[in-house]
Amino acid sequence: MATITLNDIAHCYSGPSDDPDDYALKQLNLAWRDGGAYALLGPSGCGKTTLLNIISGLLIPTKGRVLFNEQDVTSRPTEQRNIAQIFQFPVIYDTMTVFENLAFPLKNRGRSKKEIDPRVIELARMLDLEDNLHTKACHLTADAKQKISLGRGLIRQSVNAILFDEPLTVIDPQLKWQLRAQLKSLHKQFGFTMIYVTHDQTEALTFADEVVVMYEGEVVQVGTPEALFERPEHTFVGYFIGSPGMNIVPCAVDGDRLRLNGHEIRLGQRYPAPPPGARVELGIRPEYLRLQPPDRDGLSVAIVRVDNVGRHQVARVALGEQLFNVVAADLSGLTGDRASLVIDPARANVYVNDQLYRGATS
Amino acid sequence: MRFKWLIPAIYILFLLLPIYWLVNMSLKTNDEILSVFSLWPHNLTLDNYRVIFTDASWYSGYINSMIYVTINVIISVSFALPAAYAFSRYSFVGDKHLFFWLLTNRMAPPAVFALPFFQLYSSIGLFDTHIAVAIAHCLFNLPLAVWILEGFMSGVPKEIDETAFIDGYSWPRFFVRIFIPNIASGIGVTAFFCFMFSWVELLLARTLTAVNAKPISAIMTRTVSASGLDWGVLAAAGVLTILPGTLVIWFVRNHIAKGFALGRV
Amino acid sequence: MIAKQQNQKAWFMVLPVFLLVAFSAVIPLMTVVNYSVQDTFGNNQFFWAGVDWFRNLVHSERFHSAFLRQLLFSGIILAIEIPLGILIALSMPRRGWGVPVCLITMALPLLIPWNVVGTIWQIFGRVDIGLLGYSLTALGIDYNYTQDPLAAWFTVVIMDIWHWTSLVVLLCYAGLCSIPDAYYQAARIDGASRLAIFRYIQLPKMQRVLLIAFLLRFMDSFMIYTEPFVITGGGPGNSTTFLSIDLVKLAVGQFDLGPAAAMSLIYFLVILLLCYVFYTVMSNIGMESTNHGGS
Repeated sequence: MATITLNDIAHCYSGPSDDPDDYALKQLNLAWRDGGAYALLGPSGCGKTTLLNIISGLLIPTKGRVLFNEQDVTSRPTEQRNIAQIFQFPVIYDTMTVFENLAFPLKNRGRSKKEIDPRVIELARMLDLEDNLHTKACHLTADAKQKISLGRGLIRQSVNAILFDEPLTVIDPQLKWQLRAQLKSLHKQFGFTMIYVTHDQTEALTFADEVVVMYEGEVVQVGTPEALFERPEHTFVGYFIGSPGMNIVPCAVDGDRLRLNGHEIRLGQRYPAPPPGARVELGIRPEYLRLQPPDRDGLSVAIVRVDNVGRHQVARVALGEQLFNVVAADLSGLTGDRASLVIDPARANVYVNDQLYRGATS
Repeated sequence: MRFKWLIPAIYILFLLLPIYWLVNMSLKTNDEILSVFSLWPHNLTLDNYRVIFTDASWYSGYINSMIYVTINVIISVSFALPAAYAFSRYSFVGDKHLFFWLLTNRMAPPAVFALPFFQLYSSIGLFDTHIAVAIAHCLFNLPLAVWILEGFMSGVPKEIDETAFIDGYSWPRFFVRIFIPNIASGIGVTAFFCFMFSWVELLLARTLTAVNAKPISAIMTRTVSASGLDWGVLAAAGVLTILPGTLVIWFVRNHIAKGFALGRV
Repeated sequence: MIAKQQNQKAWFMVLPVFLLVAFSAVIPLMTVVNYSVQDTFGNNQFFWAGVDWFRNLVHSERFHSAFLRQLLFSGIILAIEIPLGILIALSMPRRGWGVPVCLITMALPLLIPWNVVGTIWQIFGRVDIGLLGYSLTALGIDYNYTQDPLAAWFTVVIMDIWHWTSLVVLLCYAGLCSIPDAYYQAARIDGASRLAIFRYIQLPKMQRVLLIAFLLRFMDSFMIYTEPFVITGGGPGNSTTFLSIDLVKLAVGQFDLGPAAAMSLIYFLVILLLCYVFYTVMSNIGMESTNHGGS
């Protein structure tokens, strides 16, 4: 087991290049604590898998170094890094039985039968595969196959980290929950470092202690699920996480005053003047907006639409040109097509050129 | 594994050597071929090719081959398209047996059919016509075409058909406008294999023709036995039979692998 | 597997193909069956001969030896072409400029008319004007395919390897290309050796195409006619007289229609039997992969 450090890593698939746009992965520094459960979250094509393959050694980065416990492993091949990786689609050896599949990584490393057998049987029990130990792996269902892939990763006790590349894509929704829960309990039991790549925010937020959000080859935020929700560092994180995503609307900031469509709101913080010409936006979660009957205090808005989403409702309201989503448990108290919108100033974030703008508490 | 590339390289060399030798001979005079052994032509000459392009009994062979191959490819693909569609989309009485029976014809040794074909086509007055050879080649090309096309069509989701019918397309209009463009590369691959098998077949083509539709390859065998000595012209004729195949491969090079990947040859 | 819609009208779509192939297959086959049970003294007078021809044939020395020769030839061809094809496919480049170069040059022999293939090797192997024959003789090897049966066999086998190994290569290559990268990556992570990768990943994934290659090569080599006919004419003696060559000699050369027809039928039945095995095994494998892949 090891702490994994990525030092100025960047990768370009076509070889070193001077044009930063050629890079699938822009320069980044990251450290992964030993025993942590991490998620790498981002839309397709943001460089998640590239980053994962650099850690496992399937790719040699164009620039930078990979350190395992302070030891440089950048140019070491995968098999020497002691890494396990589980892929999007189950990879199993068709002609082998489940037992042989699980034993394969140990057999390749020349372990004795006496050592392998009890280990395989124990692991099969943990993964609920013991009934099928001697069937051919190709005869199993997709989720059992994915469990075998997972098992081949877990069989070596000494692995530095287990990497998951969207491992639940081909699994049915009910089984997804089950497998994810199993993963979490295995993590608690073994204490491996786990890095889990996904584009599904629910998966990332439920699995990980810490989430790394990537966007267009860059890491835009590393933080706990709460931090990502409360204080997104980048408007992208705001959009991407949450359902619906954060409301982001153009505004102006002056000290602790926010000007929005001719209205003025007092913020919980005092901000320095933003650089001239910069794009200033307000970011506020739909959960932190409130709608009141139109005769009460607040910004007067028009109700465009109300949708029922499970146990809560989402209202779409218009403040002049600006549209907001508002999440509320019950909107039946509102009649007519107008309402007053109340913004919780403590939860409002200000973004300048897409980056979170920090102020001082006044 | 640094020298891995050597294996295909040596194999390609092995493939190209006999072909090079043929080209080499086609560019020599007959005297040079028989008198000195040389790795390349010392007196480069195109005379052998000139003979073929000026003598009607030679070049008509190419035209004949082209005609019946083209007819065969057109018949095979156009007949096989609806049949392959039926096999890939519907189940009907006897479908599996029919499919199997069709395939058995791909496996039939042409030698078995040579004589009966001769009698059959003579009796209906088609002997020595292009269409006779084209139809005879359908014996193995049609089943092949149905097989390959069925593979490609099964890869097209059924929802496409259903959507089109809901949108009010009639079957023929749907087939031509929507379905065929969807399997265009499949049709290309099919046409390639039909071309290939019709172009390389000789036994039936020779049996069913005498003068008017005689294929180039049959003319070559005749020339060997008659004059027996004009190696240069023979080699030139051989080189010219390789060219159409090369051209066709060039055009479908990006699709061949896909056709093979379906495992249906 | 998606359930197919029942539709008897589909027969109309198949009908043209059915009629055309039936015309080309059934009528000639009937002719053959007809001949096989009759005898003729010329002048289109035929006599019922029952199964005599079949009985004669099954006991004929000539048929036996041609059949054995045929089996030996197919056996040698398969033993060389299949492993060689796999080896070449494994070492072919996966990307870059080498791919089209390999594909095009390797497909080339497949598109040469079969008698031209024969002609190429007839010339190439001649001791006076052919590179192969000349070089072998210059090296002091006694090589003459028109006189020495061994040399004739050598020439025909080499020619067939030249002609058809590419088919095996292209099929295997297609099979290899369809293996997702993840399999190789997982194997590296599992610490698998090169041999283990071949044994547990590449070979199982090539199983289907290998089977096709194997059976296609078996059947086509079983039906071989044109190439050896051009090179050796079945000689020297009868040393390269394979079944098809013997059959054509019998039917066209000697015009023994009865025996030739009987031989055709037996020949065809043997191939049909193989074809049936082929089809059954194929569809079983197909079923297996859809059953387990889809669930």
